[in-house]
Amino acid sequence: MQDSMLERIASDPNYQELRQKRLRFGWRLTIAMLVVYYGFITLIAFSKETLAARIGDGVMTWGIPIGFGVILFTIVITGVYVARANSEYDDLNERIKREALK
Amino acid sequence: MMPGLSMGRFLGLSTLLLVPSLVVAAPALEGEIQKQATNWTAIGMFAIFVAGTLFITKWAASRTKSAADFYTAGGGITGFQNGLAIAGDYMSAASFLGISAAVMSNGYDGLIYSIGFLVGWPILTFLMAERLRNLGKFTFADVASFRFAQTPVRVFAASSTLVVVAFYLIAQMVGAGQLIKLLFGLEYWMAVVIVGALMMVYVLFGGMTATTWVQIIKACLLLGGASFMAFMVMMSVGFSPERLFAGAVQIKTDLALGAGQTPEEAAVAGQSIMGPGNFIKDPISAISFGMALMFGTAGLPHILMRFFTVPSAKEARKSVMWATVWIGYFYLLTFIIGFGAILFVLTNPSFLEADGGLIGGVNMAAVHLADAVGGNIFLGFMSAVAFATILAVVAGLTLSGASAVSHDIYSSVLRKGNADSATELRVSRITTIALGIIAVILGIAFEKQNIAFMVSLAFAVAASANFPVLFLSILWKDMTTRGAVIGGFLGLISSVLLTVLSPSVWEATLGNPAGSAPFPYTSPALFSMTLAFLGIWLFSVTDKSRRAAVDRAGFLAQQVRSETGIGASAASAH
Repeated sequence: MQDSMLERIASDPNYQELRQKRLRFGWRLTIAMLVVYYGFITLIAFSKETLAARIGDGVMTWGIPIGFGVILFTIVITGVYVARANSEYDDLNERIKREALK
Repeated sequence: MMPGLSMGRFLGLSTLLLVPSLVVAAPALEGEIQKQATNWTAIGMFAIFVAGTLFITKWAASRTKSAADFYTAGGGITGFQNGLAIAGDYMSAASFLGISAAVMSNGYDGLIYSIGFLVGWPILTFLMAERLRNLGKFTFADVASFRFAQTPVRVFAASSTLVVVAFYLIAQMVGAGQLIKLLFGLEYWMAVVIVGALMMVYVLFGGMTATTWVQIIKACLLLGGASFMAFMVMMSVGFSPERLFAGAVQIKTDLALGAGQTPEEAAVAGQSIMGPGNFIKDPISAISFGMALMFGTAGLPHILMRFFTVPSAKEARKSVMWATVWIGYFYLLTFIIGFGAILFVLTNPSFLEADGGLIGGVNMAAVHLADAVGGNIFLGFMSAVAFATILAVVAGLTLSGASAVSHDIYSSVLRKGNADSATELRVSRITTIALGIIAVILGIAFEKQNIAFMVSLAFAVAASANFPVLFLSILWKDMTTRGAVIGGFLGLISSVLLTVLSPSVWEATLGNPAGSAPFPYTSPALFSMTLAFLGIWLFSVTDKSRRAAVDRAGFLAQQVRSETGIGASAASAH
């Protein structure tokens, strides 16, 4: 890439917006994932009884929906990022590219 | 605890829970494996799979003309296909048989274990996948060395790639030999040689195209087979989870009663499969092991390489999305299959030894369940799928090792980037043959060794060496060549060293007395990852060399390319 083009992109407000938004969103979701997973692990490490507690009269425990919930959360949070990136970030990126190659 | 499972076997299973390569760790595969009667249905089904994949390899060979074709299938794989291939790399025979066996034996602990393997994917998606695709060409070293001095960073990246690949490959080869002996009734050495030979054919002639398609087909077969099993299990309980769990708890309670426990003890033992057991002992091991799994995923070279097989960042993003969906779905299935095995396998005398243990060992849980729900033909099918799974995973690993040697060492370091594509391709093929032969020899040499630590070591190294360097090189402006190389090697060396000093090698493999391991935790990742990050930081911020100025000045160009994809290497035309 030529230096002039590089500077033009770097100073493009669309580029600044894309970079900041995507990074901030990525970090937020990362932290959410870390909190959920390590929260789950910490619960197991310090309070096994919570997960082993029965929900109703049957054998079902809180651990099962919580464990399945972590799996579901992992898939959903990935989907949330991908959906936003596919629309918002890709649009911004298209604008940056059009601008840069003008 | 189940009757008939001796304490030793039970302990063996807890160790099994702590190592990713369950097959090689499982008690059934430690010493007491008996060769089964030759299973012709399974061999027939496997022969069909091999014939099909060889046909694909022939087609792929006609498309594998350049180094780019060989390493990345010409960049022409779609996000959906790549997602399946990534999931295939992850859904090894070890995780299918091992996790379902763990669920059958310990219930909930099996779920905790599988969750650890899933949670790394979102992190990889949010912070790395698209940027990796925009910066890289063939290997993750392309990204890690993007703005740094090529020689030292590539030497580091190739070393840690080869360490990860070597341990992972040995574990897979030994697992393959033992599993196939069990399922097909073939001799151990014969199984290892067949795996080695077929893997070489796929990689040599079909490169990444064949390796990817073999992986996709196998992923579909495995997901299909596992779905069918889970469906049959759920149908038997009228699709009621409560009835599934209640049945399993009842059987576990009865087994405990039969073992001479009092009714109160037996009721507790039965219900214990519904909550966490002994999987997590101390919080430090739990967190450290969790880190190895989570960040190791984002540092495994054969997985990272798959991001370069798609044409754009958008497709890279879609691939991780699909991979996460399939892997998450797969772990839900293995959980149901494990509980199904309690219902149908533990209660059926034809699957049990006289002492109450499973015929062929605890890892045969899913295999016996296949027989129980689908009969002999389906049993043969699932056995063939297990073999295919190993084959596909070793092919991907070998390709990744070969590319580290030919692309990073030969082309970039020795020839300073001036090697032409044809020569580079020849070097990768020679390396593939060499790696294949080495893998077979080591696979045979390690037959009787306790190699349970090898896959967890591979994850620990990936998390402690590859991940910190890759992650910071993408996101941290002030990183320098010196920081990358010193920090990376610190992570690599410390993770290997601490693993050797941990109980799984010091006691289980080297035979020192229990409790004598100098490093008491299950996984080194918490310590070795921290060391790598600190090392990179310290040796970067104190770096005042001329090279450091170049490294830092190169960040802007790298950032623009990583964010926008402008200048990223495109899919090669066909």
